[in-house]
Amino acid sequence: MSAIANSIFSPEAAARFDKLATIYPVKRSALVPMLLYAQDEIGYVSEAAIQEIAKRLDLFDLDVRNVLSYYSMLRTKPAGKYNVQVCTNISCMLRGGYEILDHCKAKLGIGHKQVTADGQFSLEEVECIGACCWAPAMQVNYDFHDDLTTIKVDAILQDYAEGRGKDVK
Amino acid sequence: MPTFVSHPEEVIVLKKRWGQGAADIEKYLELDGYKAVQEAIAQGPEWIVSVMKASGLRGRGGAGFPTGMKWSFVPKVSEKPKYVLVNGDESEPGTCKDHVIFLEDPHSVIEGTMIAGLAIGSKLGFIYLRGEYRYLLKIVEKAVADAYAKGFLGKNIFGKEGVDFDIITQTGAGAYEVGEESALMESLEGKRGVPRIKPPFPAIVGLYGGPTVINNAETIASVPHILMMGGEAYAKLGTERNGGTRLFGISGHVERPGVYELPMGYSLRKAIYEVAGGIKGGKKLKAVVPGGSSCPVLTADEIDVGLDFDQMGKAGTMLGSGGIVVLDETVSIVEFALRVISFYQHESCGWCIPCREGTDWIKKTLGRVYAGGGTKKDVDNVQYLAENMMGRTFCPLGDAAAMPTLGFVKKFRKEFEDYIDGHKAGTPIMTEQQLVGAGH
Amino acid sequence: MADVTITVDGKKVTAPAGTLLIEACKTAGIEIPAFCYYPGLSLQGACRMCVVRQEKNPKLATACTTAIADGQVFFTETPEITQARKATLQLLLGNHPLDCPVCDAGGECELQDMTFKYGAADSFYAEPKNHREEQKWSPVVYFDRPRCILCYRCVRMCGEGMDVFALGIQNRGSSSVIAPNSPAALNPDDLAHVDCEQCGMCIDACPVGALTSGTYRYKTRPWEMNHVATVCTHCGDGCKTTLGVRSTSDGAEIVRGDNRDKSGMNGDFLCNKGRYAFDFANHDDRITTPLVRNAAGKLEAASWEAAFDHIGRKLRMDVDTRGGETIGVIGGNRLTNEEAYLLQKFARTVLKTNNIDHHRTADHVAFAQALAGQSGRTASLRDTLTSKTVLVVGGDPSNQSPATAWNLRTAVRNSGAKLYIANTEDIKLRRQAKAFVKLQPFGYGALAGFLAGDDSAGSSAVNDVEALKTFRETLKAAEGLLILVGSELRGGDLKKLVEFGLSIPDAKFALLSDYVNSRGAADMGLLPDMLPGYTPLGSERFAEYGKASTPGLDMLEMFDAAAAGKLSALYVVGANPVLRYGIDSAALKDTFVVVQEMFMTETAVLADVVLPAANLYEKAGSVTNHYGDLQQVNKAGDRAGVRSDFEMIVRVADKMGAHIPTLIPFGKGLRSDMGQTRGAQSGEADRHAVWLTAQNLEPRLSPFDPMAILDEIQRLVPGYDKVLRLQLLSGNDQHLETDSTLVQIAGQRKDLVLPSGDTLFTSGTLGHYSAMLLDLQANESRRLPVLDQTAAD
Ligand SMILES: Cc1cc2nc3c(=O)[nH]c(=O)nc-3n(C[C@H](O)[C@H](O)[C@H](O)COP(=O)(O)O)c2cc1C
Ligand code: SF4
Ligand code: FES
Repeated sequence: MSAIANSIFSPEAAARFDKLATIYPVKRSALVPMLLYAQDEIGYVSEAAIQEIAKRLDLFDLDVRNVLSYYSMLRTKPAGKYNVQVCTNISCMLRGGYEILDHCKAKLGIGHKQVTADGQFSLEEVECIGACCWAPAMQVNYDFHDDLTTIKVDAILQDYAEGRGKDVK
Repeated sequence: MPTFVSHPEEVIVLKKRWGQGAADIEKYLELDGYKAVQEAIAQGPEWIVSVMKASGLRGRGGAGFPTGMKWSFVPKVSEKPKYVLVNGDESEPGTCKDHVIFLEDPHSVIEGTMIAGLAIGSKLGFIYLRGEYRYLLKIVEKAVADAYAKGFLGKNIFGKEGVDFDIITQTGAGAYEVGEESALMESLEGKRGVPRIKPPFPAIVGLYGGPTVINNAETIASVPHILMMGGEAYAKLGTERNGGTRLFGISGHVERPGVYELPMGYSLRKAIYEVAGGIKGGKKLKAVVPGGSSCPVLTADEIDVGLDFDQMGKAGTMLGSGGIVVLDETVSIVEFALRVISFYQHESCGWCIPCREGTDWIKKTLGRVYAGGGTKKDVDNVQYLAENMMGRTFCPLGDAAAMPTLGFVKKFRKEFEDYIDGHKAGTPIMTEQQLVGAGH
Repeated sequence: MADVTITVDGKKVTAPAGTLLIEACKTAGIEIPAFCYYPGLSLQGACRMCVVRQEKNPKLATACTTAIADGQVFFTETPEITQARKATLQLLLGNHPLDCPVCDAGGECELQDMTFKYGAADSFYAEPKNHREEQKWSPVVYFDRPRCILCYRCVRMCGEGMDVFALGIQNRGSSSVIAPNSPAALNPDDLAHVDCEQCGMCIDACPVGALTSGTYRYKTRPWEMNHVATVCTHCGDGCKTTLGVRSTSDGAEIVRGDNRDKSGMNGDFLCNKGRYAFDFANHDDRITTPLVRNAAGKLEAASWEAAFDHIGRKLRMDVDTRGGETIGVIGGNRLTNEEAYLLQKFARTVLKTNNIDHHRTADHVAFAQALAGQSGRTASLRDTLTSKTVLVVGGDPSNQSPATAWNLRTAVRNSGAKLYIANTEDIKLRRQAKAFVKLQPFGYGALAGFLAGDDSAGSSAVNDVEALKTFRETLKAAEGLLILVGSELRGGDLKKLVEFGLSIPDAKFALLSDYVNSRGAADMGLLPDMLPGYTPLGSERFAEYGKASTPGLDMLEMFDAAAAGKLSALYVVGANPVLRYGIDSAALKDTFVVVQEMFMTETAVLADVVLPAANLYEKAGSVTNHYGDLQQVNKAGDRAGVRSDFEMIVRVADKMGAHIPTLIPFGKGLRSDMGQTRGAQSGEADRHAVWLTAQNLEPRLSPFDPMAILDEIQRLVPGYDKVLRLQLLSGNDQHLETDSTLVQIAGQRKDLVLPSGDTLFTSGTLGHYSAMLLDLQANESRRLPVLDQTAAD
């Protein structure tokens, strides 16, 4: 039985949350991962998710909001189904990160933190994602793509658009 | 996926099992995996710490604190449980070495964590990866599950009565500051990633108030290797007080960027020109950021220096995280400095005034200079701001922002002034429009 | 901890090891600037203003986080440190709106002071500042984000201090912002709100003008106010408060209440009522002229002379023709001790009646009885901060005695005090408790019996008797136990609980009640069966009162008598029994009713004469809180057309032909050296005394001087003989112990205790006239339904 009646999450996610709340020496520790998993499921951290997570972890909603707003991967508005995150930090910048970003902007017709009209893609300029030696790099959702060229980006976006893209969760 | 590179000059310790599918536990075992930890159980904590001390291993997270010594600070008896914390938050721009460790050799991190636990008398370890590394978390999670299945983790590990060790894995959710050890503990406790007041240091009061050893993932991954080869043998690979080898990620304008394992003290010039194949496209070297973006820049004339903590310190910069970023002659330092400060502005946790406001004002001022609205006074102002942040912030992030800024403004002052006068060196990369987004 | 000696700027400073450097320095007179540091709250080290240099330390250290050890050497004002602080200020000012001329905090702003001190006025930023609109978070809390310097005092005050956790920090870096718990997105008006106890502690703690108070904002400048230290009228804790007063055309208006000087026993605490609910005094409905019922049965304005004359004649006639025993007197819980004493003396000696009562909110009589003959067994409010173990039985301090609750939380948080609670409700303080016993409904008597040793009572008190046994054993072994008792325990139950406590060495007690002077009202003998100081009727001690030893009618009996046509007159001073006891207005139709009041209350509308009264903030005297702590009340506000209850009683007595020098022993010159202090505080009549002194004439105390009655209180009332006049007049609190010479009252006394049932947002009848409290009640009703949440760690 789920620790929460009428969970807004899928049974699998709810079960995972039940477990997460028990593995740490202190329940609250589950907060950051829980928020991320909630976002993975809903697409963003909704108000309902905040309230349920607060309840699961015996926190005030405010506590959850305080934490939520701190981490840059967490959002309270929906992103596209595929969130394209282009790194422009130094190593990528030196090897064409901005060109890739520009290319994505043109290709998708959206800017930083915007979502395409069909909700398929969103775009974000992000800080270093830890792929400096394979720059320029980007992530689509959690999947890494490196040694990018504009041609490669086109193929990657095409793959996602057509449902062939990899989507690690 | 990362492309693997190697070079004959490399000295392979950490990379021993890379490229061989060692994420699979059977393969890992085949390659002598989990032998070190069994030896450690047999020999006991004192032995482990003495080997670590002899190895001269210094923390690979950036600060270079001697690992054996750090472990020895943990009190023998403690009312509260003790913990081992693996810092896999790797976020310093220019750094991607832990990425490869988790990908290629996750069991070495697990084994190292267990050994650290044995050394300090802890029964629970945490492996914390940055949020962006979800796919690596899955690899680590699987490795941990396999280790449990084999009886290497859990109760009575390796069949040894009373020897217990558990590991919890998790990720962050996007915050550079959480790489700072006490901020990481806060994050792990489900809080905002704001650092803690020190002292007390983690070894005394850490996670959940218990004594805690926190080490970088590479530091931890080195541990099994060191136990296997012996502290002295490891130490000998490096230089005095800088034992062993370390992973250097060479990126930017080089022919063969990649993560290389080089002995401590290896020449920076050789690393760039031989190991990484020299400057891309045969261009001229302009500058090097030698250890992640927080390290003061070295000019092309300053690269005859050995890559260890002490020599880099003498050269007025730092070994940092081992992320060497190479800049060729086309780079505008004004632009580069702006991109660096934008990062720190974005990542400042906001807790203390000098860092929160300082990074913001430097970014705004440099942004204006870059956009063409600068005056010479702005260069002074940027220097003044950076100088007044140095050493005065709550945690070292403020320094990490101030140090490179000072490096750029001091070493390339003329370039800033010329830029303001309209003589722009280098080829700007960011467009005006992009500039707004930089640092978001 | 043992004392250690350190050197600061070449000066030797001695303090216990582990003291924070900033505190050690403060004690030694060395001031170190600080924004984020706030005594008693958790350490932040965030603002970096307190940087100092410690010898041999490569970096500057923060004095707010440095615990001192022997032999350390520090420098606190070197050019390097000055520069660091200056740079920090320059950074802060970069985004600060510099709107000091219109900022409430202008003139008392820590940022302003520091900028002045470090000369950090120059700015080198060309970029525009981040502007944000001011936000109204509640009727009393406004937030001006650009002024905020992110010191997090408010967040900690609300969370750690108040255990409310309504403020948080959101976003990060330069976007960091203080955020309230009810976000804009969840509110129909699309504005953020703060759902909390509205105590305003965040505003008080804010070093700048980022948080401002709904009642005070944009009203005045700090230097245009007079600041008067007096006592809050609202609850039994009786916090000391500083009222900011401004002259108006018809008196003096109170515009602010705070506790910034922390000089009282409540330290830095004030609740929302103390901070904002003084506004009833400025209410438009104040009665400002005497009203007398005319032939047509309508209340109509009359002159003071006519009103007093009318009352005097009528009462004289009633006493002479129908006898004093047909007259009833009801006093209030917000009168000063002097007024309460005078009222009962007037009743007993002039009206010749023992029909005297007040709205009893706790059984102070049984409490005094239970402790008869004991000494050192009663606690002061201050003890709630220092006791090692505290048992709270009944009551709900967070709602009804907020300062008590604040102290208990502070003691638990900062001094490791252990709190034990037994209550029929899940009161909020249980969150700080080491053990909480949930009692069965009405289980207090059983609990008291069980604690006192009657094991059979256990099962009527709780479900789990074994756990209750452990609870009892723990308490018995407790060191320095303080027992706080709620008004639920009365009579025999209360005595049993006290009996249990008395079996524990050094245990101390306090009985919690409502209103600022309900304890004083009981102490001063506003009771039908007891003289001041719980002295039995007919006692030698009060021989000068005459020897009437038959108990008078109590509150309810008076109204019964009235209904039966047997009460000729009822004299009500600062009370609203008609509403409180649900009296049918017809009951009073044959009774001549005099009411001294501020407003046309349910009682006042039935009166034959209404006399416009001053409130506690408009007079001088003393009050005794429910702990027995005596404090001085000073005149802050003023309203043309009203008089103090004290003066009115004297005038009526005079009109009745009473011998005033007997009623008020004035002009005796007793302790007349204190004349000046009195005069400055006590209104017009006493200014005359000051003038006399200045003319080298013998100072004469006026008959309206409460100090004259205090002389008599000291002379006659057991316990009050210990009053230290200088303590009182210097604004210090002093704990008094009732020194009851009581003989046991025969038989069971009637239980007439009726708690006020006040919450944080109500305050008896007065509360009906506080616009701010009404606003806050309305604000409460817009609160969103919340999940059952508990505090974060
Ligand atoms: C702002 C900041 C960010 C940091 N980020 C990381 C990081 O991403 N990974 C890491 O291992 N250490 C990081 N550190 C260093 C850690 O605080 C800590 O020193 C390290 O994890 C200790 O491990 P080590 O002794 O093995 O190096 C960071 C420090 C600071 C001040
Ligand atoms: S609102 Fe005031 S007290 Fe709170 S953090 Fe801001 S400046 Fe400090
Ligand atoms: S008072 Fe010490 S850092 Fe703020």
